[in-house]
Amino acid sequence: MGIAIYILTFALLLIGLYGVIAKRNVIKIILGVLIIDYAVNMLLVLIGYRRDGVAPIVSADEDVKKWAAASVDPLPQAMVLTSIVIGLGLAALMVAMAIRLYQKYGTFDMNEIRRLKG
Amino acid sequence: MDALVPLLVVVPLATAFAVVALANLPGLARGKSEGGDRLAGAAEPSRHRALSLLVCAAVLANLIISLVLLRADVGKIYVGGWTPIKALGIELVCDGLAKLMVVIINLVALVSIIFSWSYMQRFTKVWLFEALFLLMTGAMNGVVLAGDLFNMYVFLEIAAISSYALVAFGCEAEELEAAFKYLILGTVGSAFILVGVTILYALTGHLNMAKVHELLPVVGQTSPAVLLAAAALLGGLALKAAMVPFHAWLPDAHPSAPAPISAMLSGVLIKASGVYALARIVFNVLGPSSEYAAILSVLGVVSMVVGMFLALGQQDFKRLLAYSSISQAGYIVLAFGVAAHLLVTGGDRSIAALCVFGGLFHLFNHAAFKSLLFLSSGSIEQQAGTRMLKEMGGLTRRMPVTSFCCRIGALSIAGVPPFNGFFSKLIIIIALALAGQLILAGIAAGVAVGTLLMYVKVQRYALEGEPTGAAISAREAPVMMCVALVLLAVVCVAAGLALLPLRDMVFGPAEDVLLGSAGNLTGGVTP
Amino acid sequence: MKQQHGMTSIVKNTARLVSGFIAIFGVYVALTGHLGPGGGFAGGVIVSSAGALIVLAFGRRLATKVITDEVVHVADALGASLFLLIAVLGFLTGAFFASFIPVGDLGHLKSAGTIPLSNLAILVKVGAGLLGAFLALSAFRLAGKEPSS
Repeated sequence: MGIAIYILTFALLLIGLYGVIAKRNVIKIILGVLIIDYAVNMLLVLIGYRRDGVAPIVSADEDVKKWAAASVDPLPQAMVLTSIVIGLGLAALMVAMAIRLYQKYGTFDMNEIRRLKG
Repeated sequence: MDALVPLLVVVPLATAFAVVALANLPGLARGKSEGGDRLAGAAEPSRHRALSLLVCAAVLANLIISLVLLRADVGKIYVGGWTPIKALGIELVCDGLAKLMVVIINLVALVSIIFSWSYMQRFTKVWLFEALFLLMTGAMNGVVLAGDLFNMYVFLEIAAISSYALVAFGCEAEELEAAFKYLILGTVGSAFILVGVTILYALTGHLNMAKVHELLPVVGQTSPAVLLAAAALLGGLALKAAMVPFHAWLPDAHPSAPAPISAMLSGVLIKASGVYALARIVFNVLGPSSEYAAILSVLGVVSMVVGMFLALGQQDFKRLLAYSSISQAGYIVLAFGVAAHLLVTGGDRSIAALCVFGGLFHLFNHAAFKSLLFLSSGSIEQQAGTRMLKEMGGLTRRMPVTSFCCRIGALSIAGVPPFNGFFSKLIIIIALALAGQLILAGIAAGVAVGTLLMYVKVQRYALEGEPTGAAISAREAPVMMCVALVLLAVVCVAAGLALLPLRDMVFGPAEDVLLGSAGNLTGGVTP
Repeated sequence: MKQQHGMTSIVKNTARLVSGFIAIFGVYVALTGHLGPGGGFAGGVIVSSAGALIVLAFGRRLATKVITDEVVHVADALGASLFLLIAVLGFLTGAFFASFIPVGDLGHLKSAGTIPLSNLAILVKVGAGLLGAFLALSAFRLAGKEPSS
């Protein structure tokens, strides 16, 4: 069980990569990039997992040492928060650029958006 | 003195937010049209001049701080005052290499912002440009100062996202296409960097660079997991550094950006976020090994040769400069690769130091003369209205200052004595030959000859000859643009003449950091 | 679309009633970020969704008379500057980003040093930033009558 879920996460990364490389529609390329971002986020959260762990939130009347021995790793969760925000900014920028590209070129097909050559 | 180091990041960020706030204070922007859109402050030139002055002052302050830090005795800065018991906190590391990179970044940023005082008047929403520019500068400072892997990744992303928006700033069709391609490729590269950081964290349990370096031999430096992390990291960073075969975004993105942004991207961004991060990871985090040395050398050699060949046939001035950036970045990575190889095989340490010195000096020189060339191409584009080499001509008489500085830049990059490019290329070739890599030294010399050919072509078409087309009516560029060009030309000449003192004062500590003789990211200061 | 802007009056009245509570909930999530899940970013997203609800219900032209682009930009910049100010004020107690408010008891609202203040700053920044992105994207219209921004 342990290794299978990591393999699935890498499979998700490869699916996103396939979307970026092989698709012609600009929106599908954007979705591929977002899938890559989410796959990496999932990998980050997974490496912090501890079997039968509790969420890393300490309430007021809890023994800190016992909590520390049972909780999952909080640092990857902090990293994932930052990574999600970065992905959000990128998504907004990508979508805005896609709209502008449609205004200028009239199409979403990547093969037609190819004026720069050489 | 420790308090100055975080200011290098805080000052550009604070000024960026101040520019956004001050440019948008309600009731002060006139010229509102229906629908809520307006040319913000199009009727307020004095306020925008004041904001531009504020931005120049901020970047100048940053440069002064970085020059002060050059000789200061700072090492690790613990953010938040968290004592280094278990290396759990965030650290800012200001060792020799970081001091050098910070000076380079702030110098090129200052010259670019002086240039954009006049150049950006053709655009609306200049405050947006300045805010993004400051964000990019602050983030690049953060990349070189970061002492742990995840902070470096976050600052890398901030710099990259601002550069995507800046490349698309003009919102013409080709700029948007170039920016979109750059965005997609850059994001995929960053995702792979994060995968590498994740795997390293999973293996060692720490994000701090020094701590990971300590713990990595326990895991096994060539275990499959570490190799996977290294492959992901090196792949992503090679994309940021525009190494062949990950270079496809650069020839479209750099010419399409406005000229000061091209200067920043080509001069600093691919160095600070690409080559610097590669050197840090390979030398200071993963530790040099024969596989990584081989990868760096191959990437460097292929980039050098392919960049040169693709640049020779270009008719567009800025596209030629972009391809030549790939080639020169290949020089630097090759020098680092051969130095790593020497460290692994137990070769002569002083030759490895010479290789690293050559690479770092070429990094500094390339930032100076490539920015000079891109800025002068911006001047020419604004005054003569074209970027194609065949449509220029005779600019020596029409635009004397610009063409003089452009000639200095072209001679520097071609490797003509006594400019700085000659010395750095000579040092790299000699160091390669001394290290026993005679084939690589020969290839490096050949690429130098090719670079000379391509810049002779540039000079012949752009500067000499008879003016054709729009170049007939070209006049000299505005004062601020010429000031920026002259500053960079002075740096090019001075760096060549002041070679030996520079090596003792500035490049020596940087070499020690990479080669590990001062002890891993402390620059000689005991933690 | 008929003459009036935005959606039907049922939607408009509901949006008027509910968006205040959504914003308050967002502030609550941000303020208790150091006690439970949430924090500045999640609170900011919720507050911006309250603003987006107003824009969607009333139509962009009417809504931007109240929530102008400039106000959003200024709020954005102020939130970020507040965060930087908290970081720089840490120099008062010695180091960059150090906590200059005493760390209180575990589980109380007024504890964890400067983290609640940072959460508030992030709330303002993220709320304004996302609302600004929403306003910028909704400025594009279909081909024919585009007020390009």
